[in-house]
Amino acid sequence: MWYLCVFYHRLLDYRKPEVESLAQLFGANEDHQNGRVPSQLQWKFPLRYHPDSPFHFVNLPSEQLARNIATRSILVKGMYELWGEGTSYEELKESVLSYPDERKLPYLDSDSTFKITVDSFGKVISLEEQKELIQGLSYIPFKGRVKLKNPDHNFWLIEVDNYGGNNGLPPIVQKRVFFGREVGGADRKLIPTYQLKSRTYLGPTAMDAEMAFLMANQALATSGKLVFDPFVGTGSILVAAAHFGAMTMGADIDIRVVRDGRGPDCNVWSNFKQYGLPMPVGLLRADNNLPAWRPSLKEVFDAIICDPPYGVRAGGRKSGGRKLLKGAVEPYIVPDDKRTDHIPSTAPYSLVECVHDLLDLAAKMLVMGGRLVFFYPILREDDFAETHFPEHPCFKLISTSEQILSSRYSRVLLTMVKTGPYTEEIAEVARIKHIQFKENHVKWLEDGNLHSAVFSPAAAQLTEAVDPKFIKDPKPKYRGKYV
Amino acid sequence: MRLLTHNMLSSNIKGVVNGFPLRIEAEKVVEMNVEKNIEFLKKMFEKIDWKAFVDASQAMGYTELPKEADSSMLNSDEFFNRFHHALLELHLEEGALVCPETGRRFPVNKGIPNMLLHEDEV
Repeated sequence: MWYLCVFYHRLLDYRKPEVESLAQLFGANEDHQNGRVPSQLQWKFPLRYHPDSPFHFVNLPSEQLARNIATRSILVKGMYELWGEGTSYEELKESVLSYPDERKLPYLDSDSTFKITVDSFGKVISLEEQKELIQGLSYIPFKGRVKLKNPDHNFWLIEVDNYGGNNGLPPIVQKRVFFGREVGGADRKLIPTYQLKSRTYLGPTAMDAEMAFLMANQALATSGKLVFDPFVGTGSILVAAAHFGAMTMGADIDIRVVRDGRGPDCNVWSNFKQYGLPMPVGLLRADNNLPAWRPSLKEVFDAIICDPPYGVRAGGRKSGGRKLLKGAVEPYIVPDDKRTDHIPSTAPYSLVECVHDLLDLAAKMLVMGGRLVFFYPILREDDFAETHFPEHPCFKLISTSEQILSSRYSRVLLTMVKTGPYTEEIAEVARIKHIQFKENHVKWLEDGNLHSAVFSPAAAQLTEAVDPKFIKDPKPKYRGKYV
Repeated sequence: MRLLTHNMLSSNIKGVVNGFPLRIEAEKVVEMNVEKNIEFLKKMFEKIDWKAFVDASQAMGYTELPKEADSSMLNSDEFFNRFHHALLELHLEEGALVCPETGRRFPVNKGIPNMLLHEDEV
């Protein structure tokens, strides 16, 4: 059945992938069990709509599934059984009246309670107008009692009109009115509950709550699954996975972050305790470049979720000193009496190498059909269409969601599904590549230096001294993915 | 550190061939209640190296696990309780993991094993 799916107008690229992922989580198809790529849902737009519009139609096999998806989601404002639509209130009336009675009457009977909400997109409807609009629905035989708090049935009247003016929203060609019965909607209360400003232990790159939940949804985090974050930091991503019931495990190269935090009640453990969530089943200090997993262990994690250090806000580190990897010095032999408290030196870790290690680890350690969800930075000067995302023979990329961070760069959330087993050949190729990285450490660091690309002076823009009146309107008419 | 983590780790010092299982030196072991999740336990049972797991539980002072186990035991509640307890409720708070080949000690402080290698070990 087709449901009207109305999104929040934010994080545009993340909205459909979230619904697709949740459809799979709640069993819209069983394909993923054996590592096949999940089949896509059917989507369509209302007539003549901008693709970034919040209004979509999605075909789902059952109302229960639609409800499950909507209530677990972060970006679905509401999923509705549409009773009617039109370009005017007259057309809406005709459309609702022609909608079959057997679909409507069960929700209108005298034993039930209901509420009608008037909503709009891009403009405000005054309370007076709302009242008029609700009274205009008298052609629907509501027999139940009105109840504003927790009614049995929620009905929505949603009006979309050309708002004119420059408010940064996608253009709307034609007025449209929808009337439908709510099946479910996102629990956005999660976001203030988990917001970072009330989190006890924070780091400079803690993932904000909304994004962490979206990542956990992309990873299909749920009870009985084991989720791993190799760059755990303060645990901000795992907190979201644990909220959805997953068992969590994290590693980080920085002992100060994972072990010490900022005192006994301000560390990674306390971030879980704060929300009454189960503690991670394991936290360890380890190097993503030289993982300490037992060689015979494979296919143990259901998902790997992370925000790898890509050198803009925080740089990655790996084992081995800078001079050591350059070959300038021989390895420092730690005297026996100093071994216990010795802090080994680390060297910068290039993004390319970091992603290579991550894919290799995920290919080996994820179960078939397991998901790898991580952020990948891109420079916005590059044409987005030509961006090459990392690839691996064991993985199929199923969604890319861009979030613009500055005029220079974006981060893209990549969701990959493990579709092929980790074979001897793949392991051997990865081993050779690992050695190549080690030998050409300095070269990789220079090539992959995102920090300098993001923060270098904008030469082109400075030299072009143009008459101010020719400078384009700094606020574009439609802001697209900036929201 | 719980025994699930212990069972997943090995010593990855350059040149070490058999870095698994790491021997546990327990200084402080604490027990914490963890909600039992049957589905999760069943999955982990498939992945666990049982002998290393039994040895590790003994090093932590828990001796209730059978020497050998196969999946038919998963029908027994009693077995599940013991498996669950040893896998997730015993925490090595302070101590060390010792590489079976070189004797190198990986310290465990505040429940977190430090698996990072020294410069001359990578």
